[in-house]
Amino acid sequence: MAIADARTGSGDPPKVSLLYNPALRSYVYQIVTIVVIAWVIWYAWHNASQNLARANMTAGFGFLNSRAGFDVAQSLIAYSSDSTYFRALQVGLINTLVVSAAGIVTATIVGLLVGIGRLSQNWLIARLCTVYVEIFRNIPPLLVIFFWYLGVLALLPSIRTIFQHLEENPDAVFFISNRGIYMPAPVFGEGFGYVLAAFAIGIVAAIAFAIWANARQRATGKRPPVLMVSLGLIVLMPLVVFLFAGMPLSFDYAIPGSFNMRGGMSIGPEFLALFLALSLYTASFIAEIVRAGIRGVAKGQTEASYALGLRPGQTTRLVVLPQALRIIIPPLTSQYLNLIKNSSLAVAVGYADLVAVGGTILNQAGKAIEIIAIWMLVYVSISLVTSLFMNWFNAKMALVER
Amino acid sequence: MAKKIVAAVIGAAVMGIGAQAAQADTLSDVKAKGFVQCGVNGSNLAGFGAQDSAGNWSGLDVDLCKAVAAAIFGDATKVKYTPLSAKDRFPALQSGEIDMLARNTTWSTSRDSQLGFDFRAVNYYDGQGFMVKKELGVKSALELSGASICVQSGTTTELNLADYFRANNMDFKPVVFEAQDEADAAYNAGRCDAYTTDASGLYSIRLKMANPDDHMVLPEIISKEPLGPAVRQNDSKWLDVVSWSHYAMVAAEEFGINQENVEEMKKSANPDIKRFLGEEADSTLGADLGLPKDWAVQIVKAVGNYGDSFERNVGQGSPLKIDRGLNALWTKGGLQYAPPIR
Repeated sequence: MAIADARTGSGDPPKVSLLYNPALRSYVYQIVTIVVIAWVIWYAWHNASQNLARANMTAGFGFLNSRAGFDVAQSLIAYSSDSTYFRALQVGLINTLVVSAAGIVTATIVGLLVGIGRLSQNWLIARLCTVYVEIFRNIPPLLVIFFWYLGVLALLPSIRTIFQHLEENPDAVFFISNRGIYMPAPVFGEGFGYVLAAFAIGIVAAIAFAIWANARQRATGKRPPVLMVSLGLIVLMPLVVFLFAGMPLSFDYAIPGSFNMRGGMSIGPEFLALFLALSLYTASFIAEIVRAGIRGVAKGQTEASYALGLRPGQTTRLVVLPQALRIIIPPLTSQYLNLIKNSSLAVAVGYADLVAVGGTILNQAGKAIEIIAIWMLVYVSISLVTSLFMNWFNAKMALVER
Repeated sequence: MAKKIVAAVIGAAVMGIGAQAAQADTLSDVKAKGFVQCGVNGSNLAGFGAQDSAGNWSGLDVDLCKAVAAAIFGDATKVKYTPLSAKDRFPALQSGEIDMLARNTTWSTSRDSQLGFDFRAVNYYDGQGFMVKKELGVKSALELSGASICVQSGTTTELNLADYFRANNMDFKPVVFEAQDEADAAYNAGRCDAYTTDASGLYSIRLKMANPDDHMVLPEIISKEPLGPAVRQNDSKWLDVVSWSHYAMVAAEEFGINQENVEEMKKSANPDIKRFLGEEADSTLGADLGLPKDWAVQIVKAVGNYGDSFERNVGQGSPLKIDRGLNALWTKGGLQYAPPIR
């Protein structure tokens, strides 16, 4: 009423019925929407807890502190069947993060190479890249996983064959079997810390040198030999330190045990199948995004850089790619998110990711709703963090208008 | 399938579709809809729950579903089957998607209490064992230290396996699959040295291997696995119908009643048999269970007695050729025992 009165008082706007007051209407709509949403959430929660109570099931997350009782094959943190369900979920989360991170890095590199390759002047390279993209882009990711697991990795030599091979060639240290890849594990001795320190100093020094070299190039037009100096700092210096420290590095070799190889480092076929499938599947999409990004840079840019005397490689690296990145990054983020979510297909080959471990807990503890809430929360969190990072990166790469 | 059932549980819990399950009178619901929705093994576990190429279900668990339908409707075909994986079976029962679960499911305390189910009858006394390739030369499960072992996730098997190796100070590498078919394939491809599940399951899976004679089941039985039908908790009328359907099969074997002689046996002078077959004057046994008077007759006509069902599905009349062992009648040194039907 107050609003209507004030308006009548001023005399300017025509007298409008409260029913048609736009300001009031918009408030009412918003309030009604909020009330409806709140009611739906309350109703869903209330109904779920009532139905659970009727089914004699309790709700809550207290079960996470109970003993898990089952073993997990791939664990990067200490875990045994005596650990809690919560610990098991952590193991699963770490496994999800590891395969996602490895997959994203590989998919980006392969995608970039294939995307550029498809635009190559070389007929064979361009066609090969096209075939790759069209094959992997058009097969469901689950089938790609099965292809690697059952079609490739399961057909590798059996562990018995490896044992026989070792008897004939006792010096062999690197094996590929249908139980995974075995290789020597590095054992760092005393004094290896110096080597790592030298390596870190080398990287910092190399970056500083590159910045100085850029400044000098701008000032004098001459470019100092950045590559050679960087190599010397990053590779040669730690190597010298390594020799002087008395080569504090030995290897733990994989040796035949009763049923499996013992010691050394191994990567299981479940991880390999999932990693290869996710990387190569997503790479085919990234390749197309990269191609679209490069095509999106005006041809005049390339011609102008040729006119300035840059070589084709330099043109791609210094002129085309930086501009293409601005087009590439937003859709690239979606592909990263897809890869992270597709990693939940791990359950098909028994890789102990968050969904596989959570599924076991769901069944052993009978806590369907809680586990699914945890799954959703974790995936939303991982995806949001990835998005935030990519948005930051995008803002950094965006055209700075001066 | 997993997604569908998970969606059903969430849907039922959140949206209140599970209200009909909460009324806790499954028998009336089943009578109203005209069929029993029975959760069975979805991995073609020969002998327990398997489908032939024509889509017909058979097995010991399937026979129990049929027996329940026969007891209620006098028609063993009034069953609809829901094939389930080990992981999906409990949400399916909790959500009310199925009326009873007959899927070689172990009766354990936590399933009886925490999961909100009721068990009573045991239609197969099983135990967990190991299967290995003969070429490994392994003669005992105690020699399996360090081995890779294929196991299905979400089973008591997975827990027993961890406990057994821990108790014996041995280590192992679990290779865990959600679906039995994938575990079978991985074992067959040499991904694992041993395969572990209930002994009955091992015999069934052995038959699926390219050359069954290359594989052997180790002598150790490392757990007690009483397999039986489960229903939702606090629904005693329905629990009664399901349990007594099994006991009727056992009682029929005790009385020596089978598919051929059941009509003849109705004329028997033995009062126990007359009562069992609903021939006793003004007997209310069936009616009190909420079933027709001749419920036991219908069960025997549909699936025969327990011994017949056993031999046909897993015993000498089947490719599995499993001995009666613990599943013989109590009078023959086994554990199958029907409480008095009176």
